[in-house]
Amino acid sequence: MTIDELARQPGEWLRTAGPMSDIVVSSRIRLARNLAGFPFLSRADEQQRQDVQQAVRQAIERAGLGEHAYYFEIDRADALHRQILVERHLISKQHAEAEGCRGVAVDRREQFAVMVNEEDHLRMQVLRSGLQFDAEWEQISRLDDRVGTQADYAFHSRYGFLTACPTNCGTGLRVSVMLHLPALKLTGQIEKVFRAARELRLAVRGLHGEGTEAYGDFYQVSNQITLGKTETELIKEFKDLVIPKIVEYERRAREALVASRPVELDDKIWRAYGTLSNARTINSEEALFWLSQLRMGVALGRIDRMAIDTVNDMFLMIQPAHLQNLVGQPLDPEQRGVARADYVRQRLGGNGASG
Amino acid sequence: MKCQSCQKEKATIHLTDFAGGQKQEMHLCEKCAAAQGTLVKVQAPPLAELLSNFVSAQAGAQELAKLKCSQCGMTFAEFRAGGLLGCPNDYEAFAAGLAPLIERTHDGGSQHAGKTPAGPPANGAAGRVARLARLRRDLSAAVETEDYERAAALRDEIRVLEQT
Repeated sequence: MTIDELARQPGEWLRTAGPMSDIVVSSRIRLARNLAGFPFLSRADEQQRQDVQQAVRQAIERAGLGEHAYYFEIDRADALHRQILVERHLISKQHAEAEGCRGVAVDRREQFAVMVNEEDHLRMQVLRSGLQFDAEWEQISRLDDRVGTQADYAFHSRYGFLTACPTNCGTGLRVSVMLHLPALKLTGQIEKVFRAARELRLAVRGLHGEGTEAYGDFYQVSNQITLGKTETELIKEFKDLVIPKIVEYERRAREALVASRPVELDDKIWRAYGTLSNARTINSEEALFWLSQLRMGVALGRIDRMAIDTVNDMFLMIQPAHLQNLVGQPLDPEQRGVARADYVRQRLGGNGASG
Repeated sequence: MKCQSCQKEKATIHLTDFAGGQKQEMHLCEKCAAAQGTLVKVQAPPLAELLSNFVSAQAGAQELAKLKCSQCGMTFAEFRAGGLLGCPNDYEAFAAGLAPLIERTHDGGSQHAGKTPAGPPANGAAGRVARLARLRRDLSAAVETEDYERAAALRDEIRVLEQT
């Protein structure tokens, strides 16, 4: 499998609509691990980075990542391919932009991704559509056990799995969800939710994680505490307490919009549809803005011409690297605007589809 | 950039809207954005800031800064500046400075309660993969210095380890 092939298929986590997918776009569990006997990456020279990569690759191969697993050497990939992996949430922005020997192992269905030599030697993730933490924990824990019998993890009786940043030590566990919260934004309540989230020691970030903007009303919410509780306790708290509450707030805000401002709401949704199915050039920011309204319209059943996974898929495909891969050539921002408008019109069966 | 609302504080919140088909941008400080209920981007204070505020408040901060790991050579002062540790041994080497910091960032948590590593490999050789990597590295060093006797011994050792 090549990155080009990967880029043409819809992400597994988008293909099927998982539980609560009207609001929870995707959920993810990540484990941070380091090998004993090696320095962390801030102190590793290129030779040590290579040794770590070789050791981890071998451990993953022996552990078996899944059907048709593939390893991408990020330092040898070009900028476009690196960006495709970021857009698909298979690697972090930091991993794409870093230097030195590093990579990512991905299985064909893109449920698993193991970043090698990011901030830690290994960062394994399972990503799925909707809220599916139980299945994800089972998958990632099993992978962790299999890799752990092949590689010697840095482990401390008090601080658990040792990580380059002490804020991740212990379980090394990060659970996160990508939430679509357009109604909370429209009704001006989003700040209240974030304040509550902060009080619960959670982090709220933009579309592509740390240091990125919350485009398209997508917010990534994740735990910050990793030490002192078991993995299942941390996951349970997050999925049973935190997320249902935010989902409930968003649902109530949507219901309130339907009840008190239906015309304004439909106007927004149908303007979104109108703009997207007629635009001749559109930048990412504006496309994400309208797609967000459209997604809410579909989720609320105010517009029934498309399924929610079609809208999800558009969110993925209109990003710069996917768009260029689709067209098959590098495009400057102006050309991307045209290609993006063409693509979106086609998907919506809009006017003058061939552009 | 100054906040558009109060014209005093630094604008840290940047909003974009397409209301009425027109793109509108707003640049606000945190206070005004919160007052208007439009604060959309929230981030925890950066770790480095947390670290420097916290560590400098600790008694004997200067003594702590001098702590040095014998394995990777990092000092506690360097960790404070960069926010990332140099090797697993730093958790021991910097224990005096790290323990209170870890407890604070984990809301009082100071003892690992989660899973433990799956255990040594089935063949009983803990750290097999790491050892293999080290042996391979020694091998290429031996070849480079034309120490063929040592290279041959290393190659045999690697073969045995690879087959287990």
